Amino acid sequence: MPLSFARGPARAVAAFPVLAAVLAAAISSWPLTARAAPPDSLVMGMVLEPPHLDPTAGAAGAIDEVVYANVFEGLTRIGPDGAVRPGLAERWNVSDDGLTYTFRLREGVTFHDGSAFTAEDAVFTLDRARADASVNAQKGLFEAIDTVAAPDPYTLVVHLSRPQGRFLFNLGWGDAVMVAPESADTNKTAPVGTGPFRLTRWVQGDRVELEAYPDYWGEAPALTRATFRFIADPAAALAGIMAGDVDAFANFPAPEGLIALETDPRFSVVIGTTEGETILALNHRNPPLDDVRVRRAIGHAIDRQALIDGAMFGHGTPIGSHFAPHHPAYVDLTGLSPYDPEAAKALLAEAGITPGALSLRLHLPPPSYARRSGEIIAAQLAAVGIQTEIIPVEWAQWLEQVFRGHDFDMTIVAHTEPLDIDVYARDGYYFGYKNPTFNGLIATLDETTDPVKRAELYRQAQTRLAEDAVNGFLFQLPKQGVWDARLHGLWHNSPVQANDLTGVSWSE
Amino acid sequence: MAWILAQRAVALALTLLAASILVFVVLEVLPGDPALLILGVNAREDTLAALRATMGLDQPAVWRYLTWIGGLLQGHFQNSLTYGVPVDELLAPRLAVSLPLAALSLSLAVALALPLGVLAAARRGRATDTAILALGQLGVAVPNFWLGILLVLLFAVTLHWLPAGGFPGWEAGVGPGLAALILPAVALALPQAAILTRVTRSAVLEVLGEDYMRTARAKGLSRAAALWHHGLRNAMIPVVTILGLQFSFLLAGTIIIENVFNLPGVGRLIFQAISQRDLVVVRDLVVLLAGTVGVVNALVDLSYAALDPRLRHGADGARPDD
Repeated sequence: MPLSFARGPARAVAAFPVLAAVLAAAISSWPLTARAAPPDSLVMGMVLEPPHLDPTAGAAGAIDEVVYANVFEGLTRIGPDGAVRPGLAERWNVSDDGLTYTFRLREGVTFHDGSAFTAEDAVFTLDRARADASVNAQKGLFEAIDTVAAPDPYTLVVHLSRPQGRFLFNLGWGDAVMVAPESADTNKTAPVGTGPFRLTRWVQGDRVELEAYPDYWGEAPALTRATFRFIADPAAALAGIMAGDVDAFANFPAPEGLIALETDPRFSVVIGTTEGETILALNHRNPPLDDVRVRRAIGHAIDRQALIDGAMFGHGTPIGSHFAPHHPAYVDLTGLSPYDPEAAKALLAEAGITPGALSLRLHLPPPSYARRSGEIIAAQLAAVGIQTEIIPVEWAQWLEQVFRGHDFDMTIVAHTEPLDIDVYARDGYYFGYKNPTFNGLIATLDETTDPVKRAELYRQAQTRLAEDAVNGFLFQLPKQGVWDARLHGLWHNSPVQANDLTGVSWSE
Repeated sequence: MAWILAQRAVALALTLLAASILVFVVLEVLPGDPALLILGVNAREDTLAALRATMGLDQPAVWRYLTWIGGLLQGHFQNSLTYGVPVDELLAPRLAVSLPLAALSLSLAVALALPLGVLAAARRGRATDTAILALGQLGVAVPNFWLGILLVLLFAVTLHWLPAGGFPGWEAGVGPGLAALILPAVALALPQAAILTRVTRSAVLEVLGEDYMRTARAKGLSRAAALWHHGLRNAMIPVVTILGLQFSFLLAGTIIIENVFNLPGVGRLIFQAISQRDLVVVRDLVVLLAGTVGVVNALVDLSYAALDPRLRHGADGARPDD
């Protein structure tokens, strides 16, 4: 009987050497050479994992960051400079009234399942996106379409119900990529596009692996394999690129880590532009924010450069209206709301607000640009006598309470859609701006196709918003790219949310 | 024994029922519309309504609860709102990361703690004991995520011995798979081992003072033999109790550690599902975790009986020395 006493613990103890041996074997069998990347593959780090891989059924930017131009292509595409280029449509004609677009489609294009891409697929794609049951996150892009027809396999005719200046640009969005009827419903997990790369594996929670599609219609990419790895934690991202597990971050999540990387010759650090206008949105429904003097006072209270230095580690361009500085039609309007605390105090006094009497809530969504800017803005507002209550929220709550419920005074958010100044004309939009003159400008702009006239209208619209001090206009969100110094062809700017790998290569 | 099992099963079922109702209600009350999160700020109201209908969110809450529970009882999992695949399909590859991670870190903790604890007790008051106690104090104080970051800096960034994070998948081989789990397992195990060492030490010290140990020594057994044959098993009961409690902490710990090491495990899945308002995934996982903790607690209770025959017959069992 005494012998049985030893049985339990002894068995457990006997397992330890086995475990130790397994661990030792695992360590020694890990191939050290596996870390040196062969010159025809790329590991790209991303912060957020796409929930699925169908760009026509979700707003998550991460979807386009994996599949845009790589797996899926549209009739047109947006290039690295933000300009519209031919995609699966090699050329097009627009009728004089601006209502009929006739596209000539490329021949010899195949989907990754081997089936041919024809005008029938284009008709299916556009009709699906604008159908009643459509779950396209940007259904508004297709609003102007009246009918779509395919007179022959390589001709597509689109009739619009009204002229739309941005129609070709709209077709270049990820939400407008071409899909096939046979695979449209399964693209979320098994994307079938026409692009130069096709999906080989998706290890959910970790990575998406692509390989070059051998039957691609265009020039074959230099890379034969590409992996997108999802690393949410900023410290893990820094460790990943320092350890060589990741070759590139198109947008590096830890600006504080950039200083170390900039001085390291192994890496290129490229600060570019994005379409993200970062604003301090003001709720015009809540007095005294309906008073333009109060809104102007807030504008004068904000020191944009201190904000960029403190919250963004010096990266970012100050903006004075809701427009991207790299766009040809940009006007620098920061001079209309310069940092001037005395002017701010005078305007507040003029509006009948005693110093310290005004207290405003400031809802901050999770991104670090918002949280960090919020702390600094609260201090800058306090300096002119406005009290701030900071309320951190997660995205789900921000969308529900701020965006849809309009239950906020101030919030900080970057509007990342390209050329989205038209949201200021939306009825019932979250910050509640109403100006018939501005709405008229946007309506005219929508129907104008002449680039020179469009640029002039964009200038007028920007100026209107700055004069009305609709929101606090802070800075254009930078794109903080970090990659192996031997890599070439990654986009420096991000006119659309995309990681176009078609031109990426390694130097020897 | 059968009575104990039946009691345990009923308690577990009631716990799960309560957990399912609680998580369902909390998720109902939590602000956030999954459709709005998926389609974003430019989505039109008719598009949002169309998506809510395809996800079944337009049904009344009671009906949604009943279909969920009814489905689970039949082994049928609903589709994740964000990923669009059934939760069990989503869960299987995550468990293939989290279960080995939990097993590895628990084994490591036990492998370190038991010998150190016994050694410290055997050398009570001497330099070895003091050193082990000091190390243990340090281990308790250091948070596991911070330890994880230090381990990455040393072994991945500086030495390049192990990957900094991520998981290659078991199909890449057992070696690379385990290599990805070593650092997170160590980060999880060390703080647990520290607590376990202290518990083992005091449990063994208590046993060493018992009469039967003196009797065993009087029979001529050496100090080590007496401890091995008569002492350890009796000292195991508090150790197993703490181990069971630690398992629940381990589940919580994996959520943080899997984020630090970027591992696609159950913890990351829960974390992401909550921020994406993937109600379907969150409620299934919460019930699963509640079930796991319940089963582990039951196993701990049953192991008392295995360790101590006096507990096998319930409260009315005769004590051998009566």
